[in-house]
Amino acid sequence: MEIMSTRQQCKRIYSWVGREKRGILIKSERSVKEMCILVGEFVLVEGENADQPFVAKLLKLYEDGSQEKRAVVQWFSRISEVPLNKRKLLQREVSSQEIFLDKVPGYDTDINVEAIIRNVKVIPLAPEEAVPLRSHRKQIFFVKESWDGKCFKPLSPGLLSELKEEKKKKPESLSPSTDCQVFPLDFICSLKVETDRVTRSAMKTKNSQMEIESRHSSSKSSLSKERHSQRVANGIHTPGARKKLELNSPTKSKSKLTGCDVLELLSDDCDALEALEPSANKRKVTFTQILGSPPKISRTKDEPDSPQNNGGDWPKIVETIRISPYRRGQGSSLKAKNLGEKDDDTRHFNGRNEEEETEERARESRKRTKQAITSTSSCKSDTNLAEEEVLKTRSPVMTPRSHRKCVQKTTARIAEQLHFLNTSVPDEEDNYLPSTDSSDSSSSEEEESVVPCTPKRKIRSSVTLSTPKSLRKPSDTTPAKTTRKAPEPRTPKTPRNATPRIPIRKQATENPDNVLEEARLRLHVSAIPDSLPCREEEFQDIYNFVESKLIDGTGGCMYISGVPGTGKTATVHEVIRCLQQAAENDKLPSFQFIEINGMKLTDPRQAYVQILQLLTGQKVTAAHAAVLLAKLFCTPGPKRKTTVLIVDELDLLWTRKQDVMYNLFDWPSQKQAKLIILAIANTMDLPERIMMNRVASRLGLTRMSFQPYTYKQLQQIISSRLNHIKAFEEDAIQLVSRKVAALSGDARRCLDICRRSTEICEFSSQKTASQLVSMAHVMKAIDEMFSSPYINSIRNASLHEQMFLKAIIAEFRRSGLEEATVQQIYHQHVALCRIEGLQIPTVSEIMAVCSRLGACRFLLVESNNKYLHVRVRLNVSQDDVMYALKQE
Amino acid sequence: MSKRKSKETSSATEECISQVQRIFRERFCHQCPSGKLFGLELQYKHLLELLKRTTIHGESNSALIIGPRGSGKTMLLNHVLKELMEIKQVRENLLQVHLNGLLQTNDKIALKEITRQLQMENVVGDKVFNPDTPQPRHLHCLPSPRAQLLGEGPVQTLGYMFYPPKIQGLRVGNILMLGLDSCASFLQGSFAENLSFLLEALKKGDRENSCPVLFILDEFDLFVHHKNQTLLYNLFDISQSAQTPVTIIGLTCRQDILELLEKRVKSRFSHRQIYLMNSFDFKQYLKIFKEQLYLPAEFSDKTFTQKWNKNVQSLSEDKTVQDVLRNHFHCSKDLRSLHMLLMLALSSITVSHPFMTGADLLEASKLCRMDSKANIVHGLSVLEICLIIAMKHLNDVYEGEPFNFQMVYNEFQKFIQRKAHSMYNFEKPVVMKAFEHLLQLELIKPVDGPSVRAQREYQLMKLLLDNSQIMDALQVYPNCPTDVKQWATSSLSWL
Repeated sequence: MEIMSTRQQCKRIYSWVGREKRGILIKSERSVKEMCILVGEFVLVEGENADQPFVAKLLKLYEDGSQEKRAVVQWFSRISEVPLNKRKLLQREVSSQEIFLDKVPGYDTDINVEAIIRNVKVIPLAPEEAVPLRSHRKQIFFVKESWDGKCFKPLSPGLLSELKEEKKKKPESLSPSTDCQVFPLDFICSLKVETDRVTRSAMKTKNSQMEIESRHSSSKSSLSKERHSQRVANGIHTPGARKKLELNSPTKSKSKLTGCDVLELLSDDCDALEALEPSANKRKVTFTQILGSPPKISRTKDEPDSPQNNGGDWPKIVETIRISPYRRGQGSSLKAKNLGEKDDDTRHFNGRNEEEETEERARESRKRTKQAITSTSSCKSDTNLAEEEVLKTRSPVMTPRSHRKCVQKTTARIAEQLHFLNTSVPDEEDNYLPSTDSSDSSSSEEEESVVPCTPKRKIRSSVTLSTPKSLRKPSDTTPAKTTRKAPEPRTPKTPRNATPRIPIRKQATENPDNVLEEARLRLHVSAIPDSLPCREEEFQDIYNFVESKLIDGTGGCMYISGVPGTGKTATVHEVIRCLQQAAENDKLPSFQFIEINGMKLTDPRQAYVQILQLLTGQKVTAAHAAVLLAKLFCTPGPKRKTTVLIVDELDLLWTRKQDVMYNLFDWPSQKQAKLIILAIANTMDLPERIMMNRVASRLGLTRMSFQPYTYKQLQQIISSRLNHIKAFEEDAIQLVSRKVAALSGDARRCLDICRRSTEICEFSSQKTASQLVSMAHVMKAIDEMFSSPYINSIRNASLHEQMFLKAIIAEFRRSGLEEATVQQIYHQHVALCRIEGLQIPTVSEIMAVCSRLGACRFLLVESNNKYLHVRVRLNVSQDDVMYALKQE
Repeated sequence: MSKRKSKETSSATEECISQVQRIFRERFCHQCPSGKLFGLELQYKHLLELLKRTTIHGESNSALIIGPRGSGKTMLLNHVLKELMEIKQVRENLLQVHLNGLLQTNDKIALKEITRQLQMENVVGDKVFNPDTPQPRHLHCLPSPRAQLLGEGPVQTLGYMFYPPKIQGLRVGNILMLGLDSCASFLQGSFAENLSFLLEALKKGDRENSCPVLFILDEFDLFVHHKNQTLLYNLFDISQSAQTPVTIIGLTCRQDILELLEKRVKSRFSHRQIYLMNSFDFKQYLKIFKEQLYLPAEFSDKTFTQKWNKNVQSLSEDKTVQDVLRNHFHCSKDLRSLHMLLMLALSSITVSHPFMTGADLLEASKLCRMDSKANIVHGLSVLEICLIIAMKHLNDVYEGEPFNFQMVYNEFQKFIQRKAHSMYNFEKPVVMKAFEHLLQLELIKPVDGPSVRAQREYQLMKLLLDNSQIMDALQVYPNCPTDVKQWATSSLSWL
């Protein structure tokens, strides 16, 4: 993220590496730092979401006719890019760091080089490997499966090895290119030879061990490299870290150690593995001298006790190395370790089988290396596989080192542990437990310097340190350890990924146990029917519209109108569902579907926020969202899918300047936007009525109007929903449909009436077995829903209330006006009471009567304290009142 | 011996009387759900079935309970909820959200209240609340620091002042929490965030798995006036889509409520309306009267109960009582006003007067029917009465046109000069003072607002009393001079 921000601020210069465009050098204007990205490396590509750039592998670089630098990439998808419904296919939790080899057709793999942000580390994993838990702020990705838009497949072994191959190859292929800028070639050659020698000598002693490690390290190498490059950003890459490192690697350095420091230590560490022989020592020294590394200095600064480490306290360093990961993400580091172990084990087991394959790979890579580097001597050797690989991982330009001495000591210990690991391979627990422990202990020690830690831990750690042997006896310690660390809950929900939820009910819902209940369930508006009858034409029209735009890869708007309850939203959703299905079956290019609803926004401008959030998951303010969206839709971007946006209740997005509507309808007309908008509203002439000309013109003339349902259609809808459940008499359905069609044509109303009639039927015919909704029931339901309540309530009003209404009418007749004051009505009222021979109410009582009638809205009463002079109007028609009162 | 006996019996009746008073106070003043429902069986059944289906089958519904004030809407709902809560499945699953249009005056407040009542507030906004510190469910279980904070604050004291602690945590909780919200502001996040948060939460649910949520919107008509009817639209939309099962019950007294709903909102509303009409006649009213006065069978003193109930029975057959009740019934049918009447009548019950009589009821009815303005007139001075009579004459002459002080004064002068024998001729400032007193009592009212600055003597006024009220008041006015009375009754004032 820091990178992103700086990126926004300063301009960057892109230039080729080498004439044959083997890579690209990114130089930011402000800082002197350079970043070198080579073909075959993984890169982050600027996407719509600044927080989540795309991941891709750089395949090719070229320059097009207009001197524009272009790149061909192989995309990778984050889990967030996979449609929600497809994520289920994975049937597991996917960490945000896992990515998928993107085989979805239809993405433009040709991007502008300037979209590349930086390189990134991607670690291929075999299908059986687990993805380490998230532990880094800096991005490291793991690729394990491929995603082709329909399903996830594990990476084929060939592909996997290819990916890994790339990684191994990289250091070598890379080094020369960087060399040409930084180092004299011959120097590197000599270095290589040196390395070779050293390694080989190390090999001899630790041959079998190395074999395992080396395979392993290949995957890791890129990690350390990447991190290093992030730091140094000058194209000098750290060679592979070793097994031990791996355990610690998914570390986040919240501690005093920066990630880089750890890395350096780690890389040292791995070297140290081999450095059991004295010669190794020598070699390292050379390296340090060569590089005269600045990180060293920083390291010393960071870790104050390192300088004193000359003599005996090497374990401390080891600890610090491992510790920092542990501290950061307790659970995760453990997992990572676990993973590493497992990885190791499986490799070990499969070692024999893979032998051939690896050999092949090695040969291939050797070939490539030869092509790339003519000057290296490493390829010449026909050493065994392991050696070969070791060499590859070890790039001539080594990481700058620090803590030489302590590292050496560390080596011994690590080697010891490694040895142990190898010997006890079959028992997984055995393997990882010691390392866990040691990391644990070390962590606490580290904490001493950084954070005060619980005394308990310290005690434990000291114990562990003093009795290293006990560590290797996993049987007793394992359960405790695992329970303590493994189920470590994730950090408390942050608002962004907070998943608010209504609590889950304790008892299951009961299923309908008779025909009527079943019918009621199906007739509920929320029940999603298998098909939408009576809207076939509209469906087809919308489908065709969206489909054609999808195929063309263009954008467009469609305006859909219709009175409430005519199935607009349902039809559009159905269209989207079908399109999604088609996209799944590869008949259509895949697209992104988002929906906003004007009624669900608190403010028209919130539309921007919602769209952006649905599109990219970012949460920003409305103004910022508008800017981001404009940028997103108005500038060409890589890997852009078509977006289908449904804007429901469009009229609510109206603002005085109409900027929201304007933008919404302007974006689809942008060439790059690939935005299809389906706008839904109630009124047919909304564009003419409320929109400015420029907005209406952008909306275009693709319109569709949903007519209210006719009674036949309503009938069909009910019967299709009932789907042969015999709960209604035919006539009853017809009655409902005709009634509703005559009133509004609102399908919701129709279904509600049907539902209510089933209730009435159930209620009335509790004894009789034949539960069939008849005309009578339907009539009653309709009456309940549509009959005006006024007449009935007037009839049930008290005598004086009725009299007051009569008095009002009398007063109206007398004055010829439709308005009267309470005083006037009171006089009429008194007169009426005299005629009827009733007790004459007091003014207070009359006022109470008046306000009661006003509260029920039979009357419209002025609401101020004029007492007798309050003006009163009737809110019911005089005829209704007369009708209601006459009946008595 | 006999003395002691009488003492014992008197203490026993004392005990009885205080119990009786307690019982009736509870019955009439608190809307306790243990009371009886009258004539609402159908509605009761409808609502009960509706809510049962929501909770047991997870069916979404919406309904409005419409009826005039005092017709028992809330009581009906409370009865239904009480019965529902006796079902274990309902009790464990149903979530309730009570909103009141008078409290949640806009959607923002309503949303906050909903999230609070659904206890989702600890993830609202940008702050994640530490799950370790309990959020207050009801006020009485507030965590100590906050409670202390509150205890000192005005809000809490307010609560204690007006409401007995017993009900404080329940309905009054709303008010207090509102105050709490504003002062502690533990709900962060904008309105938009809250809305999308709530919608997301509700959307995630489904029929089978989520707890059904019951939204009760009291004073439903006030929610209609919220901007765009956003809350109503969304609630009804949820009730019409396959999301968390919800039931929305609105309580309102407005008969025209459906016309107030926006067309989209209206379409989403299921159009279930439960009308409460007070649809009983006088016979039933009389029965209700008896039911309300009967002592329960579990009353401690059986003989007293018997006597009391017999008395009630005889009362209901008494002619004067029936007349009183009929008049009351004609005026208003709602039971709340009956309660008021009975409350007044029952307050005369003492040890020496242990049983209610027809006279008590008559007295109470008089109190109920009392005309408030006419009562004020009783307390006026003769000069003020004279001014009112002058105004009355002016009203008669000018047919209700407004008058000013000068006109009234002239009218009064005419009376003094020609007719008055007993009246002293007050000076003009004194009359002015009397006039202003009438203004303060709101027996007269300026036609224009107070902003219009005319000279005081010429400010136009209107009389807020009807002629009949004035005449009635004069009838009972103590020591009214005869000439003043005559002046009042004479239609031609200047003669």
